[in-house]
Amino acid sequence: MRSTFHWMNKPMRVLALLLLLVSTPAFAQQQPSAQPPKQTDEFVPISQLPPQDQLPAAPLLVTAYAFVWVVLFGYVVSVARRLTKVQTEIERLDADIKRGTRT
Amino acid sequence: MPKWFTPAAIVCALMFAVSPFLIANAPYEATMGLVQKIFYYHLPSAWVFLLSAIICGIASARFLFGGSPRQDRLAHAAAELTVLFGAIVLVTGPLWARKAWGVWWQWDVRLTSSFMGWMVAWAYLLVRKYGGPGSDKLAAGLALFGMANVPFVYISVNYWRTIHPATSVVPTLPVDMGVALWFAVACFLLLFVLLLRMRVRLEEQRAKLDALYLSLDE
Amino acid sequence: MIRTAWLILRKDLTVEVRSLEIAYTTLFFAISCVLFFAFALVKEGKAPEDGAAGILWIAIAFAGTLALGRTFERERQSETLRALLMAPSDRPAIYVGKLLGIIALLVGAELVLVPLVAFLFQAPLLGHPFWLAAILLSGTLGFASVGTLFSAMLVRARSRDVLLPVLLYPITVPVIIAGVRATAALLQPDVELAIVRFWVMLLLALDVVFLTLALWTFEPLMTD
Repeated sequence: MRSTFHWMNKPMRVLALLLLLVSTPAFAQQQPSAQPPKQTDEFVPISQLPPQDQLPAAPLLVTAYAFVWVVLFGYVVSVARRLTKVQTEIERLDADIKRGTRT
Repeated sequence: MPKWFTPAAIVCALMFAVSPFLIANAPYEATMGLVQKIFYYHLPSAWVFLLSAIICGIASARFLFGGSPRQDRLAHAAAELTVLFGAIVLVTGPLWARKAWGVWWQWDVRLTSSFMGWMVAWAYLLVRKYGGPGSDKLAAGLALFGMANVPFVYISVNYWRTIHPATSVVPTLPVDMGVALWFAVACFLLLFVLLLRMRVRLEEQRAKLDALYLSLDE
Repeated sequence: MIRTAWLILRKDLTVEVRSLEIAYTTLFFAISCVLFFAFALVKEGKAPEDGAAGILWIAIAFAGTLALGRTFERERQSETLRALLMAPSDRPAIYVGKLLGIIALLVGAELVLVPLVAFLFQAPLLGHPFWLAAILLSGTLGFASVGTLFSAMLVRARSRDVLLPVLLYPITVPVIIAGVRATAALLQPDVELAIVRFWVMLLLALDVVFLTLALWTFEPLMTD
């Protein structure tokens, strides 16, 4: 039984696998390094707070990088899958032609 | 696939693995802090998005006036990559903007024209898929108009009052930011070449399949 | 070349004048558009600021799309486009002839739409008629130049009704934006003609780009 990606030949398998592997350390690297905001004991209007306290940047950053990785990886898989399908079809036709019949 | 593909793919994946470390070590930008680091992927994707649109346009022109099916396959592949990298730009940008500008989106020139360029690329794919016979030429005509939009997208920030940073930012970056940026640019360019080659191969195989079916019918 | 274009224009106008089918239906559609927007956006009897400009141009864009579709549908039914293409005439001349016909249709619609919008939205659209005419003409030309090209290309395609907006709207976004901004600038209480002039210049630049591209690509696009 051939694997699903049998025509996703070696180079593409390498690319897909490595893209998957590198996404993990990339996530690990982007752990939020900002300290949690100091507790304020009086009212401070939000415009006077230091910028980092107004909206946490880390989730936005992580989402952005995660999106890039996921989309790029998903695309590689999509092309590989479509290519596999076409290759299988070509092989099937080739075999039929060689046998001198047509399905 | 050509001989250079596997080594190039490995190099590309390794470069992508290294890039977050370079980006993390780049200095923080004064006013925007951590969220500015989205820049290191946002800008290269934008450049690849525009480059892809240009390649699609040039290939379309060569297909329209020369009739070469190879150019048509290249145009189709480039259009799909334009949609891909355009999507990346249009998502990473607002994520950055939410913190830097306070809003997810602004209808300024740069954003509007980029969005529009992305829609044109998407329309190209729709036409190829649902247009029926003759849709390859139709889409090629569309791609030419889309390519005319690209220089406009690029220079619009320099001539209109807009909240988006101007093109003068990149040449004036400090060195340590520059290293991370240009490394990321190299990553994305290499990835673009690899993806383009893969996608063109898909079109080539599809054409081969069609030819096989045609030969069977005879 | 001009003679061919003129002949085609005359043919289209003659056919149209006999039944006025496209003219009436397009006009009715445009007016319905304006009314829809009026009902949707008017609060306590007042339209939003700049609303009149936007509504006018959206009505023009939608009506234009409809007119383009109908005009070329007519061509398709009688296979006249193929006949035209087989005739020994300049291909671009065919394009110019059809373009002028579409522009005539749209200008006719605008002649009704402008007073209607001015009336319904209390907008002083007719305060600077020369500038308004310049804006409308350059905007219509930009929209129609791309529209005629794409409609002609789509005559033999599948799903042509759906594909025309898909192809047309992203490309004509700059034209619509410039048209709306220019019209809105004209509606301000104290008009700054410099702003209006800027947007009209942009519209003209867009017209040049689109017309050039269309004339350049019409022939290869229409050849099988």
